[in-house]
Amino acid sequence: MPRRLLRDGAVVVDEWRTAGDGGAAGDDTTASEGAVGDGDALMIALSEFRAERERWLTRAGPLGVILLPADDELELVPDLARLALVAAEFPTVGEGRGYTQGRLLRERWGFAGELRARGAVRRDQVFLLARCGFNSFELPESEFEGALAALGTFSAAYQSSDDRGLRTALRHR
Amino acid sequence: MYRYDVIDKTLVEERVAQFRDQTRRFLAGELSEDEFRPLRLRNGLYIQRHAPMLRVAIPYGLLSAEQLRTLGSIARRYDRGYGHFTTRQNIQYNWPRLEDVPDILAELAAVEMHAIQTSGNCIRNTTSDPLAGAVPDELEDPRPWCEIIRQWSTFHPEFTYLPRKFKIAVTGSPLDRAASQLHDIGVHIVRGPNGEPGFEILAGGGLGRTPVIGQVVRDFLPREHLLSYLEAILRIYNQEGRRDNIHKARIKILVKSLGIEEFRRRVEAEWASFKDHGARTPVEEIERVRAFFAPLAYRALADTDPCTGQDAAFRAWYRYNTHAHKMPGYRIVFISLKKPDVAPGDATDAQMELIADLADRYSFGEVRVTYAQNLVLADVEQEKTFELWRRLAEAGLATPNIGTLTDMICCPGLDFCSLANAGSIDVAKLINERFEDYDYLYDLGEIDLKMSGCMNACGHHHVGAIGILGVDKGGEEWYQISIGGAAGNDASLGSVIGPSVAKRDVPETLARLLEVYVRERHPDERFLDTVRRLGVKPFKERVYAAPAAA
Repeated sequence: MPRRLLRDGAVVVDEWRTAGDGGAAGDDTTASEGAVGDGDALMIALSEFRAERERWLTRAGPLGVILLPADDELELVPDLARLALVAAEFPTVGEGRGYTQGRLLRERWGFAGELRARGAVRRDQVFLLARCGFNSFELPESEFEGALAALGTFSAAYQSSDDRGLRTALRHR
Repeated sequence: MYRYDVIDKTLVEERVAQFRDQTRRFLAGELSEDEFRPLRLRNGLYIQRHAPMLRVAIPYGLLSAEQLRTLGSIARRYDRGYGHFTTRQNIQYNWPRLEDVPDILAELAAVEMHAIQTSGNCIRNTTSDPLAGAVPDELEDPRPWCEIIRQWSTFHPEFTYLPRKFKIAVTGSPLDRAASQLHDIGVHIVRGPNGEPGFEILAGGGLGRTPVIGQVVRDFLPREHLLSYLEAILRIYNQEGRRDNIHKARIKILVKSLGIEEFRRRVEAEWASFKDHGARTPVEEIERVRAFFAPLAYRALADTDPCTGQDAAFRAWYRYNTHAHKMPGYRIVFISLKKPDVAPGDATDAQMELIADLADRYSFGEVRVTYAQNLVLADVEQEKTFELWRRLAEAGLATPNIGTLTDMICCPGLDFCSLANAGSIDVAKLINERFEDYDYLYDLGEIDLKMSGCMNACGHHHVGAIGILGVDKGGEEWYQISIGGAAGNDASLGSVIGPSVAKRDVPETLARLLEVYVRERHPDERFLDTVRRLGVKPFKERVYAAPAAA
C-alpha cells in the first residue's frame, strides 16, 4: 500500500521518495515500488545536497531536502526557488529546532513549497507545527483522524505567523 | 487587573478541551506514559511521590478575590484542603487525582486562570514585583508588560519545545523584589538617555545545579521592541542551547560558554535581521493592556499612625508585616504564610477564602503572591489595618515575621517531591522551634533563610543570606549550609561553610552562625553585610569548633 500522509488538511498519497527507496529490500520507508526514476520527486539529506549541489539542482524531477535539527536552513536559501519541498526531521517529540527552521523558511525566506514535518510527529504537535508554516505531516495512519481534528485545536492565537491553512483569530497583527 | 477578552477566554477553554482529550487518551491506554509526559508537563502536571502535583499559574502574582476563592474551593474539593504558594508566583496542589485535572482546569478557566506552561521545557509564568503599582519608588508599573509577555509566550508556536525551561521576570522599581537576576531573562523598566521608556535586558541567570547571576545583554531597548528582542534571544537559545545534557541545557550555560559578548553579538545580529518588519507591540495594544492597571480609586486620605495607643503585638505586626504605600493614608500589608507549625507557603482552603473576603473588604478585591511565598493586600487604608490585623490573627495569618529568619523560603522537599533528597518542611519546623523568641528574631533583623530539598534549588538556597541544601548521604538526610547569598539588586551566590550537618544539628548550626554575627556586627549591619565584610572564615570556625550539640 502506498504511503500516505497529511498535506494541506487532507490525507493524500505521498509521491515523494527518499534516496534509499527501491534499494534495500524491506526498507519500510519505501513509498512506492521500483527504483527512483529521474522524474520522481526525491528528497535527500542536506549533507547529500551539499556534496553534489550542482548535480542535484539539474535533476529533472522535483527535489526536496531534509534538514536535521542541527542543520542551518540558511544553507538552502540560495536554492529555495528550485526546491519543491523542505522537510524537518524530529528525532524526538521534544526536539524544538525544526519549529524555528520551518518558521524562518516560511516567514523570512518566503519558501512557498511543501514544508514537511517527519519523525516523532504526532497529533499533539501538528497545531504548533502548522503555525510555524508546516503544511504536511508524516504520521502513523492511526493518527490521521486525530491530527486532522488537532489542526483546529485553537481558533485563536496571540502571535502572528504564516500559518496558511489554519484559521485563527489574532489580536496582534 | 487584566480581564480576559474573547480571545483569552477562547484560548483557555480550548486548552481545557485539548487537555481533557489528552488525559482521556492516556487513561484509555492510547498514549504511553512517555508520550503523555511532555503533554501533561506543558500543563503543569507532574507525577509526584504520592499523587500528581498540579501547578497553577498566578501570572505576575496577581489574583482577584474571586480567583483566590476558587483556588480555596479547589483545594477543598479536589485536594486535601490546602495549597502551596511558590517562589515563582504559582500555586501547587499536591493531591489531585489525574482524572479530575481537566475539571479543575475548567473551573480555573471560568475565573480566567490556567496551568498553561507552568512546567515543561517552555516559557513559564512571567513573574514580577509583588508590590507593583503600590510602591512609592516605582518608575512604571511592570504588570502591563508582564501581561503582554504572558500573551506572547502562551502557545508560542516556535518556542514550546525549548532545550529546557525558560523563566522571565519583569521589574519596574529600582528595588528588585522579583529575583530578576536569577531568571533566564530579566527585564528591567528603565528610561533612555532622553527619558524615553524602555528596558534593560539581562539574560543567563538561573539557579539549579549551576547557579549563575544574569548579565546585561542590552542597556536600553525601546519599549515597542520588547517582544522582538525576546524573540531574538529565544531563537538563539532554541537553536544553539544544548539538548544533549539536561543539566547543561539552560540558557545560562549557553551564555557562559559563548561569553556575554559573543552571546550579545548573536542576539543583536538576529534581532537586526527582523526587528523592522517583525512583531512590534503597537502603541494601541500597550495602552489597551495598560488601561487594566490604571490607578485604583484611592480615597484622599492623610497619613496616620495606626500604632498610637495599640498594644505591642499589633505594633510588632505593623512594623514587620506592613510596608509604605505610594498613596498617603494607605499601607501595603503582608500576610505571612510562615506560621511556625505550618509548612512555609501553605494556605488552607478556609484561609484562602477568608483572605479573598478580606481583599474585597480592605484592598480593592486584589491579592498578590510574593517571591518569598507570602501573600499581600497591597492597598489597605492605614486606619483599617488594626481591624484587618485582628481578622488575620484569628485565622493564624498574622505571624509578625516578614523579613526575619523564620520568614523562610522553602520547597516541598522529600515530603512531596519525587526529586528531593531530603526533607525541608520538617527542618523548617525544627528551626521554628529553636528560634521562637521574637525579641531575638527582631534583634537579628533582616535575614533571608532559603532552603531546598535538593540541588534543583526550588527553595533558592544559593541566594539565601543563609542557604540550606538537603543532600542524601548514604540514605540519610544531611544539610549543606551556605552564607552570603542574596536575590535582590545586590544578587550574589552564597559560599558553603563546610561539610554538611545532620538534620538534628541544623538549628544549632544556625545558632552558631547567628552568634558570630551578633558578636561581630557593626551597628545597623545586616547579617548579609557582616558575612560580606568578614568572609566565611569566622563563621566556619565557630560552627565546626566542636561537635554540634545534639
